[in-house]
Amino acid sequence: MLGRPLLRFVRKDTHINFMRGRFMGLITSAVLSVGSLILFFHPGLTLGLDFRGGIVVEAKTPGPADFAKLRTALAAHGIRHASFQAFGSPDDVLIRLDTGEGQDTQAVVDQVRHTVADALPGTTILRADAVGASVSAELFRNGMLALGLSLAMILAYIWIRFEWEFALSAVITLVLDLTKTMGFLVLTGFEFDLVMVAAILTILGYSTNDKVVVYDRVRENLRKYRTMPLIDLLNLSINETLNRTLGTSSTVFLAALPLALWGGATLSGFAWTMLFGIVVGTSSSIFIAAPLLLFMGEGRLKRGAKPAKTGSAPASQG
Amino acid sequence: MYYSRLKLASVMGVCLLGLLLCLPNGMRKPFPSVPWRQIHLGLDLRGGSYLLMQVDLKSLTHDRLQTLSETMRDALLKNNLGYQNITVDAERAEITFLPRTPSETQADIAALADLPRAVPNEFSISPRDGGAIALTLAPESIRVRAREAVTQSIEIVRRRIDGTGAVDPEITRQGDDRIVVELPGISDPDRIKALLGTTAKMTFQLVDSNPLHTTYPPPGVSLLPMANPADGAPLAVFDHVDVDGSDLTNAGAAIDQQTGEWAVSFSFDSIGTHAFAGVTQANVGKRFAIVLDNKVIEAPVIRTPITGGNGQITGGFDAQRATDLALMLRAGALPAPLSVVEQRTIGPSLGADSIRAGIISLAAGFVLVVVFMVLFYGRFGWYADAALLANLVLMVAILSLFEATLTLPGMAGMLLTLGMAVDANILINERIREEVARGRTPLAAMQAGFERATSTIVDSNATALLAHVMLFVFGTGPVRGFALTITIGIVTTLFTTLLLSRMLMARWYALTRPASLPV
Repeated sequence: MLGRPLLRFVRKDTHINFMRGRFMGLITSAVLSVGSLILFFHPGLTLGLDFRGGIVVEAKTPGPADFAKLRTALAAHGIRHASFQAFGSPDDVLIRLDTGEGQDTQAVVDQVRHTVADALPGTTILRADAVGASVSAELFRNGMLALGLSLAMILAYIWIRFEWEFALSAVITLVLDLTKTMGFLVLTGFEFDLVMVAAILTILGYSTNDKVVVYDRVRENLRKYRTMPLIDLLNLSINETLNRTLGTSSTVFLAALPLALWGGATLSGFAWTMLFGIVVGTSSSIFIAAPLLLFMGEGRLKRGAKPAKTGSAPASQG
Repeated sequence: MYYSRLKLASVMGVCLLGLLLCLPNGMRKPFPSVPWRQIHLGLDLRGGSYLLMQVDLKSLTHDRLQTLSETMRDALLKNNLGYQNITVDAERAEITFLPRTPSETQADIAALADLPRAVPNEFSISPRDGGAIALTLAPESIRVRAREAVTQSIEIVRRRIDGTGAVDPEITRQGDDRIVVELPGISDPDRIKALLGTTAKMTFQLVDSNPLHTTYPPPGVSLLPMANPADGAPLAVFDHVDVDGSDLTNAGAAIDQQTGEWAVSFSFDSIGTHAFAGVTQANVGKRFAIVLDNKVIEAPVIRTPITGGNGQITGGFDAQRATDLALMLRAGALPAPLSVVEQRTIGPSLGADSIRAGIISLAAGFVLVVVFMVLFYGRFGWYADAALLANLVLMVAILSLFEATLTLPGMAGMLLTLGMAVDANILINERIREEVARGRTPLAAMQAGFERATSTIVDSNATALLAHVMLFVFGTGPVRGFALTITIGIVTTLFTTLLLSRMLMARWYALTRPASLPV
């Protein structure tokens, strides 16, 4: 059954001139990234509990949640500035509260839990989280450290395995991907927390993977076609790897899609960000990383350093 | 392209072993002697509480400085040196005092130079501007003290939590001064927080009966507040500790026979019994204060010497308070107060919802990827799917072997691994296709496909691995679970794609010798 493939993305003799769109690609990317940076500073990311500190209590009330009653009950215990939000169904209520310097976050969360349970009898507390200010600052620092070190290690790895032009254009592209993801987070209002840092790191990993595959082919073709202009060589490499690029992004996309649709409140933001990142990461390999490599590498990249191993069968293969 | 029987058998063997290792997750242990390792569900899936507790460094520093200031006084007096204005500043970790006259400064410093130190270079002594002398604790020595306090606390925390009957609590150290307490199934951690938030240092001290001392306590006497403010004004109590809680052997909650009130009864070990008998014999008619964490619970009058080593505290407790106090006395006192700096509680219903969401997504994602591979790669797609299944099995096997904790982000990590894993197969298949298009024979095309794709596969997986190792190192809680599953996933992916699916393809070729490849 189904011995032969039924579908494929592009025919094997496809020759799309991607590099003709290099300026358009870079300009579009630059505009989107600048826009994202503006969004990043104003209005800025919605920090999640991990990074902002404070309190989140999620409760299921019997019948639609009576926000006014909750507000009065909490105010009676001196807890003001709490924000209420229904999510999912009308009887699910999310209570958020920022606790300032010097406030005992842990005591406040217990107060909120008890007050909610007393004000609306029959309420179940689904979740109650409280993160103190010192911990949230530390979590944020560690999250950023993980991001920064990952980028640095990716740069180092590609540098070792390829040449510096490859490494630099990959990391510039990754930074552009990253800024667009930040813009996406601001626009969607998804909370930026540790889980989101995990999503971003996965996107970076995936996006690097995609660039490495194209670069690998570029390197191979550089050895094989010593005289072909770099622009044609990049076009050829992108076209040759196009089926793979589209194939892998599809499988990762398909794997993440159910999470976005059914993964529940915790994971849907994570999964939508992943999906966005897959699209951005795939397109940036073609429209950003390759043109950057062209500008940086024109006349510089080593050619034919090693004799190209054309397809002749190797003598032995494990 | 040739795979020896040995290689074939070992790859299959690893897959079967993986299957075997997955078993404990789905069935009961058949015999008590078999090792039965399984994946634990994280708190986000199971419901429960996560508490991050921090040792109060300031209180540790203060305690140490207090002791040091006493030895300092003794050392100065022994050398006939005077002092004024001794102040202990825990914030700056130092003790300062003024010499009797400026001319004694050098003599003071010399007298203090060889104070006993708990660790080498524990503190330094130096003159300050304005003629004061300062003894400053080194930050490193405070860290050492914090580490020791955490080590002691973990043991006591465990005993206290075990006393409440909590199931499978996890108590681990984090960094120098923190303890993580994970309590599966407990979605209302109030009682445990109260238990851990009390140091429960119990001491027996004599009450100073001089009425003037309740307003101006002389050195060696302190005013301690009553634990129950309704019991009246603070009491003047001698600082000298006659007997302390570490000499207890047992404590239990009981109802007092005469009053019908809840009480905590306790018994001393031989040292405690001896000391208690001695004090009570010498001080009949005086009040003896029972002090818990610097608050007086009660201060009964000693009517007759107590020599049996048993006693009882009645402090207007209710049943819960009496039980918890007895539990804390049995478990021992914490070296310093612990405060909660982060808590997360997940109710059981939310956990169950998360498991359902995770499993549905995992199943749906798996099916989508499997169908995609068959539609786009035919027979080789089936082989990739077989490898994918083996990949899932091996991931579960390794997680079980490590007895790792599966979190919701961890499940997402598994799913993404499966999506990425087929990348290797796609690379190989696309390469074979290209080689066939160039007119190579099936054998040559497959060989070239395998060989060329390998370095690409290794490169692309290595970069992903780097990113997730970073995440594992710097992440906490569920995010670490995510990084762990992806890291394990990358390793199993390399095995299943570079060995298993490749071998399946090679076997198929060797058995059928097709004239053309299904690409």
